[in-house]
Amino acid sequence: MAHEHKLEIFRGLVKFKSNTQKIWGVLIFLSIVTTIEVALGIVKPKALTHSHFLGMKLLNWIFIILTLVKAYYIAWDFMHLRDEKTPLRRVIVWTPIFLICYLIFILLFEADYIYNVYKDGFITWNF
Amino acid sequence: MDTTVSTGTEDSVWGGGNRPLGASYGKMMMWFFIMSDALTFSGFLVAYGFSRFKFIELWPIADEVFTHVPFFHGNYPMYYVAFMTFILIMSSVTMVLAVDAGHKLKQSKVVLYMFLTIIGGAIFVGSQAWEWATFIKGDYGAVETNSGRILQFVNAETGERAALADFAETLPEERVKHVASEGIWFEGEGYKTSYSLNEVVEGFKATPNILIRTEQINEEGEKTLLDRKESLAKILEANQVVEGANLVHNEYGHRLFADFFFFITGFHGFHVFSGVVINIIIFFNVILGTYERRGHYEMVEKVGLYWHFVDLVWVFVFTFFYLV
Repeated sequence: MAHEHKLEIFRGLVKFKSNTQKIWGVLIFLSIVTTIEVALGIVKPKALTHSHFLGMKLLNWIFIILTLVKAYYIAWDFMHLRDEKTPLRRVIVWTPIFLICYLIFILLFEADYIYNVYKDGFITWNF
Repeated sequence: MDTTVSTGTEDSVWGGGNRPLGASYGKMMMWFFIMSDALTFSGFLVAYGFSRFKFIELWPIADEVFTHVPFFHGNYPMYYVAFMTFILIMSSVTMVLAVDAGHKLKQSKVVLYMFLTIIGGAIFVGSQAWEWATFIKGDYGAVETNSGRILQFVNAETGERAALADFAETLPEERVKHVASEGIWFEGEGYKTSYSLNEVVEGFKATPNILIRTEQINEEGEKTLLDRKESLAKILEANQVVEGANLVHNEYGHRLFADFFFFITGFHGFHVFSGVVINIIIFFNVILGTYERRGHYEMVEKVGLYWHFVDLVWVFVFTFFYLV
């Protein structure tokens, strides 16, 4: 069990005096990120919904990146991955990431292919 | 180990007692479970992505589906889910505070924080039940075409969605109840709507300011609104009235949306529920002093890992169901 805690986040930019303080700090950070997400989701700025990157709206990329940021801080500070030994942390993090990326790649490409079949192929689906 | 001849170095590496990962057996197994569960949830979410990319131009817009807040009338997209997310993050914080208090062997503080965590979890599960009930009950009502596409109605003057009750006529129709004696093969009646298809179609024809909105998303990222002439032609394709959502019909749009909504948020809600149950068990163990006698609160840490994982999953469900 890791009894001693690493008390800095953002690569040492923010330092805390105790673990309890760090927890509240992370909560504030997560709340800010969630607020930004919700605000963007309600406002939906035109600049972000009408520009695309890799076939997806810029706004959606922002949502996904912010989600990964939140996931990082939940795993690192709430689930104490920051305090675990490096090999354990790597095993826990990289194994699923590798498998999930593979799954996303395969299924989304396949889905896009089917979308094109529906669109351009001789299939009537809307009558 | 008497029979093995070993040198000193081998002894220290292979002789047992090493903990290269510095984690206890129980914690390790919790991580194993969490990883496999993470892959399960990823499978669900990627399957959702698959169906969504397949029907990318028809997919319902979440902002238009989840617009209600308990005790308030009106159109408030996202606010309630944001609240639910905040509750879950908050209960994650009290959980991690409980773990922290456990490290310091402060029993009464662990009890307090575990209690708050359980309350947060209960609020979340309750909110999800409410969200489901609202989704199942439905909002405005719609009609389904022969191919299973959904046609919704919009008031041309205000631009707002029109409910079936706003324009449907009440016709002197008699509904023939299907009973067992009427057929060799009897199937239950199942789904009943407040208006018959005929009443909706007649009402639509008689009310000139009602337009049809199809599932198709246009370049502006909004659902396509037909003009009156197109609407009158389109209504002829209608095949049945849909109110609310279930596994077969969904008034909000594509039926797969409802299927995935029930399946993924249901599976997550079940995790939250079981997390609350496990938390309650640990809570009573803390009160009884089990971990005080054991000398460490690792059980709190392990159940905490599970609880944070549930929060972690919600962060992704929130993004992919409500935001993206």
